[in-house]
Amino acid sequence: MQLKPYARTLAVALSLAFVAGCANTGGTQDGSLDGTAGGRGETGTAGTGTAGTGQVSGTGLGDGAGQMAGSRIPEARTIYFAYDSDTIRPEFEPVLTAHARFLRSNPSADVILHGHTDERGTREYNLALGERRANAVERFLDLQGVSPSQVEVVSYGEERPAARGLNEDAYAQNRRVVFAY
Amino acid sequence: MKALMTTWLVAMLVTFASLAQADLTIEITRGSERATPIAVVPFESPEGERLPQDVAQIVSDDLERSGYFDPLAREEMFATPSSGEAVKFGDWRALDSRYLVVGQTRREAGRVEIRYELMDVHGESRMLGEVITASESQLRGAAHRISDKIFEAITGIRGAFSTRIAYVTASGVADDMRFGLYVADADGRNSQQVLTSDEPIMSPAWSPDGKKLAYVSFETGRPAIYIQEIASGRRVRATSFEGLNSAPSWSPDGRRLAMSLSKDGQPEIYVMDIATRNLTRITHSSSIETEPSWHPSGDSLLYTSDRSGGPQLYRHPLGGEPERLTFTGGYNARGRYAPDGDAVFLIHGGERGYQVARLDLESDRLITLSESHQDESPSVAPNGTMVIFATQQGGSGVLGAVTADGRASFRLPAAQGEVREPAWSPFLD
Repeated sequence: MQLKPYARTLAVALSLAFVAGCANTGGTQDGSLDGTAGGRGETGTAGTGTAGTGQVSGTGLGDGAGQMAGSRIPEARTIYFAYDSDTIRPEFEPVLTAHARFLRSNPSADVILHGHTDERGTREYNLALGERRANAVERFLDLQGVSPSQVEVVSYGEERPAARGLNEDAYAQNRRVVFAY
Repeated sequence: MKALMTTWLVAMLVTFASLAQADLTIEITRGSERATPIAVVPFESPEGERLPQDVAQIVSDDLERSGYFDPLAREEMFATPSSGEAVKFGDWRALDSRYLVVGQTRREAGRVEIRYELMDVHGESRMLGEVITASESQLRGAAHRISDKIFEAITGIRGAFSTRIAYVTASGVADDMRFGLYVADADGRNSQQVLTSDEPIMSPAWSPDGKKLAYVSFETGRPAIYIQEIASGRRVRATSFEGLNSAPSWSPDGRRLAMSLSKDGQPEIYVMDIATRNLTRITHSSSIETEPSWHPSGDSLLYTSDRSGGPQLYRHPLGGEPERLTFTGGYNARGRYAPDGDAVFLIHGGERGYQVARLDLESDRLITLSESHQDESPSVAPNGTMVIFATQQGGSGVLGAVTADGRASFRLPAAQGEVREPAWSPFLD
């Protein structure tokens, strides 16, 4: 489902408005997971991307960023990715920072980073893409001073979807890295 | 570690004659207008003798499924001869049948004797006549062998109805899932459970002798490649390196396994000598290399690499340099050679999603064969006439098949759950 040019423009405009709205509320919502996918992805879906994906993570960023003590495993354990991307989105950096802090303060704690993709494309290539996402998180933790011996990467590719369905909502929930302690 | 890897382990999860059937049924979705009309007359049996299987119906279904034949419906037959001598060719010319199959079955000393003949209606001659015996439990297999003979007698192409398929089943979501690995007859019947697990099972691949499967199982919480003997259930863990252990593919001589491993960083293609476990690294790049498969000659590998940005197919002669094969569109992955090496079947992604396509290597033409938006895992029949693949129907994963020319197709839905990653066996006899 390819967007017509005017629809792309509309989708981008809507998503920009949505992002702006988030910023106005202080950036504490885990919103607009994939606001611009409709305008960017090769197979991005029209319209739904902007409105439907705001509720993907049940845990707001506030939870993750709020775990300052470093004594408890941060509650937010899933971060999400854009289509065909392993770039860590700025809104999820506080989640990763919280996990890095926890792991640094608890050198005996181990975490497995489970990399996942959406269902589109071939399974074995997606397995490799899931590993790329988890590796990106591992590098972030490494830069934050977490010992490599505490972190392991396991990619599940598209094999363990968090949500079923052939639509952007489900896809957005499935493109994720999960911290498994 | 080495001792562990070289020791055959008994797979405790394997059950034989499992009642947990995962049989698939056939739904013809598109017939070919070029299919040849044929009539398969119900086989005559002695008064009061009922067999557990309708052999003529199985033969008729096989021939229809191939896309090469258009069997006449039984209710349109106004004569039911059971031997060549009794055939009045004019009856069948009037029904536009080009070929005719007639036969008889009877019980003989605890077995079933099947006598059948293939008649050429235009030439008014007998092309094939044979008597075979089978136990009642082997009647489906006997029917598939008859289909093979008829198919070859008419088309000149070896029939692949007696082959099998392996496939993966899945149900549930996220952390609560069940996975199964099955083998079944090529028509989806007679399924046999190979493995079940709460963790993903992926990438089943047949050994060239049809006796073993290599596959990826996450049962330890990490992916590892296993090799399992189907008949005995005995298996060995072939690889469990750090990172990805994925996409096993047997060399045509059955002695080596190509695979994708990320133990050295990025996923790269390796070839393992199965007897010695020695690994040879084939690719060296900073991109993803996966989904290897062998050229029928065993001289080169075909694999997916995203070194150009998106996934594309490359041909890599062993000991040589890789050459890019696909240039049409931004997503071409998981290629498999046709048995004669003239074409590659692959997944082609574009504006309409992901479909099975055929790349003719002579002309470089790419032709889309399937019609869904999320097709995966093409696997070619050993005679090259059909490709089986994973597709979607009503939001659930099912198997689909399409003729190599794209003219005819059918689906193999399961009673429940998702079916995926079909792998067509080699010829088994």
